[in-house]
Amino acid sequence: MNIDSIKRGIVLDHITAGRCMEIYRTLHLDQLECSVALIHNVKSVLMGRKDIIKIDEDIDIDLDVLGYIDPGITVNIIVDGEITEKKHLALPERLENVLTCKNPRCITTSERGLTQVFRLTDPARRIYRCLYCDAEQK
Amino acid sequence: MRHLINITDLTPDEIEDLLNLADAMRANPRDWGESQRGRILATLFFEPSTRTRLSFESAMLSLGGGVLGFSSADSSSSAKGESLQDTVRTVSCYADIIAMRHPKEGAPMAAQYTSEVPIINAGDGGHNHPTQTLTDLMTIRREHGHLGDMTIGLCGDLKFGRTVHSLILALIRYPGVRFLLISPPELRLPEYLLNTLRDQGIPFEEHQAMEEALPRLDFLYMTRVQKERFFNEADYVRLKDTYILTPEKLRLASPALRVLHPLPRVNEISTQVDADPRAIYFDQVRNGRYVRMALITRMLEDFA
Ligand SMILES: [Zn+2]
Repeated sequence: MNIDSIKRGIVLDHITAGRCMEIYRTLHLDQLECSVALIHNVKSVLMGRKDIIKIDEDIDIDLDVLGYIDPGITVNIIVDGEITEKKHLALPERLENVLTCKNPRCITTSERGLTQVFRLTDPARRIYRCLYCDAEQK
Repeated sequence: MRHLINITDLTPDEIEDLLNLADAMRANPRDWGESQRGRILATLFFEPSTRTRLSFESAMLSLGGGVLGFSSADSSSSAKGESLQDTVRTVSCYADIIAMRHPKEGAPMAAQYTSEVPIINAGDGGHNHPTQTLTDLMTIRREHGHLGDMTIGLCGDLKFGRTVHSLILALIRYPGVRFLLISPPELRLPEYLLNTLRDQGIPFEEHQAMEEALPRLDFLYMTRVQKERFFNEADYVRLKDTYILTPEKLRLASPALRVLHPLPRVNEISTQVDADPRAIYFDQVRNGRYVRMALITRMLEDFA
């Protein structure tokens, strides 16, 4: 895999410097067959330093999870060596089975089979609360 | 089908309508005495709360309906390991409406997914208790004429006091409400609620002494300061008397003040205060019955 150009795949750009390993693990990129390049501490006009991840295949990425971890990321879809689509992420309004409620008094700790749901209640402070108990996820 | 999980599930217009109906029911209760004949309310109390359960049962019986249910988790099938969602699905085949109390926070939210009938949250741990808030709102409105344009003091345990949190979230939707928050530093209102007040530009002040706030209040909402909330015995002993309402402290207040308390009271309001016309917490209990009658009626109509 040539790091500079890929023919078909996905480039995650503008990752906050230092976050690429966390994203690699959370999106389970280690389980892919294709090549994946993690590029750490790239000079950026906009950000000073940034990380980039290049994935040599057009896979389905959970943009909600990605937006939750690092909403500043740009997702570039590459086809035939050209960027065909650029997606700017935002903090997702709702997260299902991404976070787990840590409130020991929450019903999700005892009732079987409940979907863990978190809602964005304060975008400015980036606060998510459990749908059931309203506990804040830090 | 609508459920009532949180007080903010109801719009201000729906609350207005409920309180109008509750006032009418209180004025002429017999007019509604047969209105829900043949309907059944299930009271599912996974933890005991006799007063709340009795108030729901009294409300349904006053409407001519019937009641069934259980009053603790040992007498329910959850003692045999049945899930909450299965219990609720089963009971919703036997009843037309469910009032449930559960020690776990968010239990009614989980229960609504499998219920075939409307669910009323009758308290989920330290989280929500919307019918208490409706009772508080009815009591305030009957005294004040409307909701809004008032200075209300909230006193005691503002950190864990769920009735205080729900009342604040209900009242910030009306104009002209000022909150005086009276508590020891350890039991201040949680930061997220202070942020909500700040973000919405709602005036509030924090006080440690009741005496500072009392002269300016239209309403005083008392809550219990529980010993187990304190980090050490010394702090508790030092602070507990500060948050007890006595006839001496009431002398500082306006003759128009009204004192509310969600009850049960332990010692945070001296019994000598009961005879003062400004003490309306037992009237508040009475309102609890009528506002639950109104709520059951509207929920069975699906707010049509
Ligand atoms: Zn929770």
